[in-house]
Amino acid sequence: MSEIVEQTQLPPSGPEVNVNQEEKTVSPWVDVWRRFRKNKAALFGAVLVSFFILLAILADLIAPYGFKETALENKHLPPSSDHWFGTDEFGRDIFSRVVYGARISLWVGFISVAGSVIVGSSLGIIAGYYGRWVDTIISRLFDILLAFPSILLAIAVVAMLGPSLQNALIAIAIINVPTFGRLVRSKVLTVKEEEYITAAKAIGMKDSRILLHHVLPNSLAPIIVQGTLAIATAIIEAAALGFLGMGAQPPTPEWGKMLADSKDFIMQAPWTVFFPGIAIMLTVLGFNLMGDGLRDALDPRMRN
Amino acid sequence: MTETLLKVENLKKFFPIHGGLFGRQVGEVKAVDDISFYIKKGETLGLVGESGCGKSTTGRMLLRLLEPTQGTIEFDGQDLTKLSKEEMRKMRKEIQMVFQDPFASLNPRHTVEKILEEPLIVHGVKSKEERKKRVRELLETVGLSNWHAKRYPHQFSGGQRQRIGIARALAVHPKLIVADEPVSALDVSIQAQVLNLLQDLQKEFGLTYLFIAHDLGVVRHISDRVGVMYLGQMMELADSEALYDSPKHPYTEALLSAVPIPDVHVKKERIVLKGDVPSPANPPTGCPFHLRCPKVMGNCASVRPVFKEVEPGHYAACHLYDEQM
Ligand SMILES: Nc1ncnc2c1ncn2[C@@H]1O[C@H](COP(=O)(O)OP(=O)(O)O)[C@@H](O)[C@H]1O
Ligand SMILES: [Mg+2]
Repeated sequence: MSEIVEQTQLPPSGPEVNVNQEEKTVSPWVDVWRRFRKNKAALFGAVLVSFFILLAILADLIAPYGFKETALENKHLPPSSDHWFGTDEFGRDIFSRVVYGARISLWVGFISVAGSVIVGSSLGIIAGYYGRWVDTIISRLFDILLAFPSILLAIAVVAMLGPSLQNALIAIAIINVPTFGRLVRSKVLTVKEEEYITAAKAIGMKDSRILLHHVLPNSLAPIIVQGTLAIATAIIEAAALGFLGMGAQPPTPEWGKMLADSKDFIMQAPWTVFFPGIAIMLTVLGFNLMGDGLRDALDPRMRN
Repeated sequence: MTETLLKVENLKKFFPIHGGLFGRQVGEVKAVDDISFYIKKGETLGLVGESGCGKSTTGRMLLRLLEPTQGTIEFDGQDLTKLSKEEMRKMRKEIQMVFQDPFASLNPRHTVEKILEEPLIVHGVKSKEERKKRVRELLETVGLSNWHAKRYPHQFSGGQRQRIGIARALAVHPKLIVADEPVSALDVSIQAQVLNLLQDLQKEFGLTYLFIAHDLGVVRHISDRVGVMYLGQMMELADSEALYDSPKHPYTEALLSAVPIPDVHVKKERIVLKGDVPSPANPPTGCPFHLRCPKVMGNCASVRPVFKEVEPGHYAACHLYDEQM
């Protein structure tokens, strides 16, 4: 569901405060960071996310084995000093596969959300700013997309395009478009009623400049929050598609696919399921905590 | 005789009211209903009336931030209502606006420097150096300092924010400034400072003002002439002195009686109007004021009085001044 972060203005005529020269200039973004820093859970989320990002970037250095290095004689070894997370049914090192898996999951998460954000926000801005029939067409399109349960829609898209990681990514990007579209549209609708938009028109500014310099930046906060949360969802959806055999194909070390391939051995070799599962959980938790923290930091009035 | 800068004739703005299942138009709000006035170069015309009487709508139509339903707006000899959208956008260099709520009208994410630079960018000041110089100049002009440039609106007090709003309006050397209740949102102690600034700027740059306010008290010192609006119509318009000393319209009399008079010798009875302001979606027939007017007469309910000159330079729309037949 779309989370709408309203950023209403503070009431106008506050008490006359003295602004003195010594007081440092605080940009709104610095302010956001100050509030974010105070939120322990959000910081923990950011640490988790950074940790997985580092894993993904440095996978080649960290992973002791290649992700498709099979050794059938090492099948289903329990965790040991040689294989920290044990091995799977082909004798592959699960730790290495989980490390490389971070690359896949984050890549799918970031790229698909970036796609949804770009397409969704553009449509949302156009719908919100120009209104009338343009708005009607775009909004109905969003309604139609949202009428399907998202995972079913993703499965349908993959069924059309064929199962592969890339097509799973495209499917995930498509199902998130209306979420961002609606979010941005509603934000634009409130922003465009702001007096500073009228003021921008009054000084003779062109529509294009108003959209780029005033409407978009002031709609950014909810996009950032929703984007962070959507990465978590996208990672789960990619894993789900992988689990169903509709996403990453072997031997890609995609976490969901790893779960699916190991589910028959859950009794004999529980580590084959445990570690990829934990990896999914921690990444998703990280993005969610960070997203919630960003929401509070970007709009302090949302907190109770 | 000074020349006329702005001449508004028969200006109307009706907002459609949509309703019902299919959003059909079910009525209209007559926000501004046939008003005419002019402003001479270098003078200040005060526009006064209760909240909702159509002052802001009038002001915004002058910049065509709202499209007039009918009427002409002649500015410097050119009919603004005939200009294309793009021509009007460029014309806004000449007509600027100061807003009621200084905080809401400044983008919270922009520094003062960016806020003041924007009109310059928009109207083609290419050189960055020149723009920076102009920003410094503007800050000084409105009584702020150079080091304010890097700050954000939320770091200022209400009065300072309005100075920023005024500086933005001045940036591109406009001829006319529409000031829509520029001091209403400010503390009383600050109001006088901002009013004085506006007056000083007018002298310095030969500006012409349309100064909107909701009570007669504020516009008194600053206006050369004052127009009084009620329910989208102009009830009376005259030189400030004439309007304050010998109001012609019963509505103006009522408004004046509510203004605290500093002079204790003048004893005025407070006229308390009966009833509420009717809705502009369903205005009374005839004179819009007849339901509340203490001097209501026979034809007030049926015939809309003509806005006409009742004394030289003194206009009113009231049947009290109809020629006797
Ligand atoms: N965009 C709009 N749509 C519909 N009605 C409006 C709109 N703007 C103003 N109005 C109505 O027009 C009337 C005049 O409004 P306004 O010009 O803002 O009054 P004032 O500035 O004198 O307080 C009010 O009744 C108001 O509700
Ligand atoms: Mg108003």
